Amino acid sequence: MALVSLRNVGKTYRSLQGDDYVAVEDFNIEIEAGEFFCLLGTSGCGKTTVLNMLAGFEQPTTGRIEIDGRIIEAPGADRGVVFQGDDSLYEWLTAVENIEFGLRMRGIERKERRDRALHYLELVGLKGQENKHPSELSGGMKQRIQIARVLANEPRMLLMDEPFAALDAQTRLSMQSELLKIQASTNKSVLFITHDIDEAVTLADRIGVMRAGPASSIKGIVDVDLAQDERERTNDRFLDIYKTVYGMIREEVGIAMSRQEKAAGQGA
Amino acid sequence: MSKAISLRRQGTVKSAGAPGWNPLSISRGYGGYLIGFASLFVIWHLAAVYLVGSALFPPPGQVLAKAGVLIWSGVLLEHIAVSLRRILIGFFLGSLAGIPIGLAMGSFPAVRKILEPYTEFFRFIPPVAMITVAVIWFGIGEESKIFLIIYTTIFIVILNTAAGVGAIAKNKTRAARSLGASSFQVFRYVALPATVPYILTGMRLAMANSFVTIVAAELVAANEGLGKMLWDSRLYMLVDDIFVALVSLGLLGFVIDRLFRWAIFAFAGRYSPVA
Repeated sequence: MALVSLRNVGKTYRSLQGDDYVAVEDFNIEIEAGEFFCLLGTSGCGKTTVLNMLAGFEQPTTGRIEIDGRIIEAPGADRGVVFQGDDSLYEWLTAVENIEFGLRMRGIERKERRDRALHYLELVGLKGQENKHPSELSGGMKQRIQIARVLANEPRMLLMDEPFAALDAQTRLSMQSELLKIQASTNKSVLFITHDIDEAVTLADRIGVMRAGPASSIKGIVDVDLAQDERERTNDRFLDIYKTVYGMIREEVGIAMSRQEKAAGQGA
Repeated sequence: MSKAISLRRQGTVKSAGAPGWNPLSISRGYGGYLIGFASLFVIWHLAAVYLVGSALFPPPGQVLAKAGVLIWSGVLLEHIAVSLRRILIGFFLGSLAGIPIGLAMGSFPAVRKILEPYTEFFRFIPPVAMITVAVIWFGIGEESKIFLIIYTTIFIVILNTAAGVGAIAKNKTRAARSLGASSFQVFRYVALPATVPYILTGMRLAMANSFVTIVAAELVAANEGLGKMLWDSRLYMLVDDIFVALVSLGLLGFVIDRLFRWAIFAFAGRYSPVA
């Protein structure tokens, strides 16, 4: 049985004017234990809505979301969330105190939680930075703290919302390869949201391509059957998969643009 | 002149290498303050002696001599101690009440809706206007002054605290929830520390306003205090005494604000205060 399943999930938002906006409709995916699943789509297609529902921050309007066969009703320590920006870090705590935050909340004794936090601090390559505050660290380092904070809590799965989108290209590349190593060593399930095809093909076991919003759903799922050494931007098989996904995204961009033109035409 | 230039040069070189370093060396340490205060007294002296030349505007030396006399006799320190005591008690009580109310208003929309009429209403009734009823209710002794300082402090602290809670990034509380924190833990370990800089800023503003209130209150109705000293000196045309009281107020406010800032950085530096 899959670790996580979303079945016929829909999410409708009501605006202040009382209009309904259907963000996601009839959305279905399953994620296996230990799987790295990328959700890829154009901006505004509802990727983050799916992640927020899986995290328990928002409730679906229709359908079921389950983890281990239990319906998700609220946020929980079994699903660790890595956010896009750095505003989720606690700037009054040091790096290591940020990482042990979840353990502290769950009443783990001081010595043990510090040891575990330091272990994960080292795992994400921040050895020696434990007593620095987030404001003293670079953007890449802050994202590493977020990842370590989530890993230290030992969740069943990681939910990552474009965690590297704000980083420069070089830092992003090194963070991607670090994340692959960490995922291989911890064997966590990951739901990773991105709008970057290249990033999705580099990281994922499977890529779920989303349709353009509103009322977005899964357009298709692409298996990324690549070995570790084939995950190179110049590899032929990498490029084949890239082209497949690119074709799907291009179709959706075309649909989104024609919808925009139509809406603009109606407005005029 | 050449020294000033060399200071500035050092500043630019250093600021290029170390981020967060102040561009002017003068802005570090106390040298800048000394220059600033010295120039204030020089200008005051020049204005009093050469520009005005009237007994109604005494030069700093004369005021200092008078201050010496008043300190020696114990009168000045007595007035200062009385005013300061009133401010500190009222400020402490006002902050003590204002912080939890502000936290509750920022955290729970229902509490905010119930209490907002109070804060939005009394916010526009200045403490100085409340002197009237304060004296009628509590007389001209300590109670009326402390009431007025509490009144001055509490709304500023409430509004700043509530604004601080409202300014917490949604991702901070969401992260805590998905790390396993309960609602109470989110409040205690996320909302509270994230609000500390706002609380301290509110208290600092309240302290400055308390000076305004206490002088006004003591001018109108009091037996002692710096405001009373000002009023009496005016009655007897003791211009030197007026200036001693004015300078005392300025110095007192300055020193307390510095102490406050120092305390903020010493005890709450990790909360990255905005002060």
